[in-house]
Amino acid sequence: MLRYCIRRCLWALPTMFAVLLFIFIVMRVMPGDPAYAILGEEAPPEALQEFRRNWGLDRPLIHQFAVYIGGLLTGDLGVSMANRQPIMPQILRALPYTLDLTIAGSLIGLILGVPLGVFTARNRNRTIDYVGRIISLAGLSVPSFYLGILLIFFLSFKYQWFPVIGGGDLSDPWSRLYHLVLPALSVGLSQTAYITRVTRSSFLEVINADFVQTARAKGLRENPVMFKHALRNALVPVVSVTGIYVGILIGSSILVTIVFNRPGLGKLMVGAISTHDYTMLQSIMAIYAGIIVIVNLLTDLAYGLVDPRIRYR
Amino acid sequence: MLRAVRRNKTTMAGIVLTLSIIAVALLAPWITPFDPLEQNIIRGDLAPGGEHLLGTDNFGRDVLSRIILGTRISLTIAFSAVGLALTVGSLWGIVAGYKGGKIDALSTRFIDMLMTFPTVILGLMVLAVLGSGMGNLAIAIAVAITPRFARIARGSAIALKERDFIQAARALGMSDTRVIFFHIIPNVMNDILVVATLWTATAILQEANLSFIGLGVKPPMPSWGGMIRDGVNQLLFQPWLSIAPGVAIFIVVLAFNMIGDGMRDVLDPKTTE
Repeated sequence: MLRYCIRRCLWALPTMFAVLLFIFIVMRVMPGDPAYAILGEEAPPEALQEFRRNWGLDRPLIHQFAVYIGGLLTGDLGVSMANRQPIMPQILRALPYTLDLTIAGSLIGLILGVPLGVFTARNRNRTIDYVGRIISLAGLSVPSFYLGILLIFFLSFKYQWFPVIGGGDLSDPWSRLYHLVLPALSVGLSQTAYITRVTRSSFLEVINADFVQTARAKGLRENPVMFKHALRNALVPVVSVTGIYVGILIGSSILVTIVFNRPGLGKLMVGAISTHDYTMLQSIMAIYAGIIVIVNLLTDLAYGLVDPRIRYR
Repeated sequence: MLRAVRRNKTTMAGIVLTLSIIAVALLAPWITPFDPLEQNIIRGDLAPGGEHLLGTDNFGRDVLSRIILGTRISLTIAFSAVGLALTVGSLWGIVAGYKGGKIDALSTRFIDMLMTFPTVILGLMVLAVLGSGMGNLAIAIAVAITPRFARIARGSAIALKERDFIQAARALGMSDTRVIFFHIIPNVMNDILVVATLWTATAILQEANLSFIGLGVKPPMPSWGGMIRDGVNQLLFQPWLSIAPGVAIFIVVLAFNMIGDGMRDVLDPKTTE
């Protein structure tokens, strides 16, 4: 297992490098000249020149890329083009909120989705299965941010059970959790829909497999067959897609943070887009990419854990 | 396959619903009860009911009329995005899969790399560079889903290229371009079109997401995501302003998901029987 872990971790490095190169090309090369974008077309040439010199934009691209990678490696992300403040502390302030939401949303998806998937699969083609399938299809069709608005409307406005906006006080676990419930449900319920569907179909494939029939033929009772033999094998595809779903969750959490006016990378990113803050955008993208590469790495490792055959390939 | 699709109730319901929605989009300028763009402050913030079935916004514009016109805008953006992604992605995947070797290895890496980005983030990245607006929004959504088409087309092209009729065409001296256009593309299209219905649902969701952030069509043109955003601040007193366009998004995405879901059942019967 250790060798498998090391091999997977080493694999993640070139991916991360390619992703960073891509972000650099899109954010730094494609917009043309950030000096024009920020100072405007009519800015005097001296001002444009000074802007380029200050931000190192007059240097060769290779040099700019090396500075960017060097900064990422040493944890120095430079200064925001918009508010001239160092980027790293701003990201570190926002990151816990984003991680809270990502983790809580994924947990809701797994805790609700896997049992629901198993339950609907075991009741295949009964009314409860149809109802479950319709609800999960409906769940996929609602944008998470809209779900957030509905939750605010019903649970915050009508019943006042939860706070309307904000991220709570990070140092107070109760306030942090209290402010997390509705945003986490907004992204978590869509996750539940995805995971229910994939668990159901994967469980259905396994339920009639030879090894499950053998276990039954041995005289094992139904529950041990289902949970010891069938479920473990059915979880392999579920684990492999969880990484993709967490990616989707991270995307929709950007919108949900806006609905709840919750601090986080999403809010920082949308602010950076509106102010043409390229240095900030580039850094946020790199952090997002890092989170996604790590999530994919973790799902790969979990995959190896659930299915030992993978480790030896 | 057509018969199986016809027997599948979910797909048929989805197809009927989708066709009705497309009809609404096409007929939008003629069926809106009021001018969706005309402001009339005196009639502002009317609750649903009476003349204005879904109420009016604070400029006095009829919400139902704006939702109907929004159908046209959302579908135009989603279909353009899927069409663009389908064309570019399929060609990319087919050429990579058919050519094989270094081109394929490099392009597969690139596809995998692009697919690590969630579609929303990739879309935001493109819009940050291009700026907002209807055309750019379609391009941003297309960029985010092109790798998905490329991946499917590559897989199909690889499976096809070893088949006898392709080998025969090449043995007869047909050029690669001709083989791709006359033999590979027509045979790959089936797989691609099934994927396209699934990704149309995603494209509509993405359009709503990005318009909600404010990067979609420019006001006063209505987009569902933009209408929800404009209504959010009045959620307490005029909830219909955000809730009604959200229902429209839900119905349209559900319709496409129903078609896609049914198609998947038909192609992979194990999951239903």
